[in-house]
Amino acid sequence: MSPVLSLRGATKRFGGLVAVNGIDFDVAEHQVLGLIGPNGSGKSTTLNLISGALTLTSGSIKLRGAPISGLAAQDITRRGVSRTFQLVRLLPSMNVRDNVIAGAVFGHRRRWGAEARDFAESLLERVGLGGKGQMPIGQLTYIDTKRVELARVLASDPTLLLLDEWLAGLNPTELQDGIALIKSLRDEGRTIILVEHVMDAIRSLCDRCVVMSSGTKIAEGTPGEVLSDPNVIRAYLGDDDA
Amino acid sequence: MSSVEIRNLILTAIALGVCILLPMADSGYWLSIGLSIAMFTVLATSWALFSGPTHYISLATAAFFGVGTYTTGLGFETLPFWSLVALAGMFGALMAALVGLATLRLSGVYFVIFTLGLAELVRQVITWAQNQSGQKGLYVLTDITEAMIYWMLIALAAAVYLTGWLIGRSRLGFALRIIGDDETVAAHSGINTARAKVLLFMVPGAVAAMTGAILAPRYVYIEPSLAFTPMLSFQVVIMALLGGTGRLWGPLAGVVPFTLLWESISSNFPNQTTLLLGLSFLLIVYALPRGFVGLLDRLRQRVTGGVS
Repeated sequence: MSPVLSLRGATKRFGGLVAVNGIDFDVAEHQVLGLIGPNGSGKSTTLNLISGALTLTSGSIKLRGAPISGLAAQDITRRGVSRTFQLVRLLPSMNVRDNVIAGAVFGHRRRWGAEARDFAESLLERVGLGGKGQMPIGQLTYIDTKRVELARVLASDPTLLLLDEWLAGLNPTELQDGIALIKSLRDEGRTIILVEHVMDAIRSLCDRCVVMSSGTKIAEGTPGEVLSDPNVIRAYLGDDDA
Repeated sequence: MSSVEIRNLILTAIALGVCILLPMADSGYWLSIGLSIAMFTVLATSWALFSGPTHYISLATAAFFGVGTYTTGLGFETLPFWSLVALAGMFGALMAALVGLATLRLSGVYFVIFTLGLAELVRQVITWAQNQSGQKGLYVLTDITEAMIYWMLIALAAAVYLTGWLIGRSRLGFALRIIGDDETVAAHSGINTARAKVLLFMVPGAVAAMTGAILAPRYVYIEPSLAFTPMLSFQVVIMALLGGTGRLWGPLAGVVPFTLLWESISSNFPNQTTLLLGLSFLLIVYALPRGFVGLLDRLRQRVTGGVS
């Protein structure tokens, strides 16, 4: 079966800095892929390249065999790729429900009017915000802003979901809820790429992991394999501990 | 339609009906004030349709307006008047589309400066063309009365309100609100941000050009410095901001008091009008950052005890 997403030689330069250096990996259908690595290793930049927020310097990205590198973010979204942001981005002038509807109207599967409203309400229920649709964004707690963003992203019914540190900053109970939520997304057939630092989440969610360091891929495999890989330990902890 | 919408529709219809009657009551001073109010209502409301949600401050009103007046000025002897208004609308929309494609990637102050420069550019081009042909200006001599101009503007205002109401309920209007809040989110929600902005920028472009075409007979004699006066662009911005761009009726709440104020300033202090325009602009930005609409919302919140 052909992969949902494949990166070949994906490279991004910012002037003299190579943020992402010739990355190759594939994501299979219904898989949860963890993209991990130390701070500044190029994980978020890789995600930005996939979502179209940044354009590749060289290399290619294909979605089900069709190239998407070079397309604008809105066109990639319409092909069924949706993302959250490392720093949560919401629409401050709108209430919670309209924030979610914003994802439903122009995306992969489009909904409008009463259909979009009902769908938004059901997604809010799902992410644990049932009945909070009329609340203004400014009154939400941090975890709830993350929930709204996830609901907005789900509103376009994406087939490939990109989550950029969606579990960061949650307390232990919230983390369990969050992990269960992401599991349920995989169970309904979505393919997911996680950029994540939380090791519990990586172990319990990811089928495979790609480890990056200084812009290059240094390991790939199951969470168990990569986390015991000497190269990975060296990248995180330095030479003495390897 | 909800009961609130039906109520608003009836109120709007009554208000329009009352406005239509003005020329029967007075054909001198008050008609001319009413005409100014109608003109600025049309300009400021259509301006706010684009600049309200996107926060792009456009100073191109005078450019579109001037193109409209020149459409009438050059064509009134050969074509029927109504077709000139339609033609001006098309020119305005086309010009806005071109400007939009070229500039809407610019953000913030760059967009403001470009639109201001645009009006000046068109003015200089027309001045140059007139110097080549040896003319100074154009006489627009028609039998169109001030009352007829007023009624046409009221009809145009009704069309602008209807357009604004429809856009507000449409996907395009929703897309623009998202873009105004966060353009990155908009793009990642599947919105073609450039296309949405260009499409909506065409509305004030077309409307301002039509307003210019309708008003040309009132000026009788038009020349570039009159048709493309940058003062017009600034007045429209100030009135729209004074009223507030958050609601469709917002600009109207700024146009009425400001036109009356302007009228008394320019009749009592004809040499200090620019100075007072600048002062009122400062005052509005400091005291009423969200206009009368924002003030009203704040008061309403205070009355209901902050419960929303």
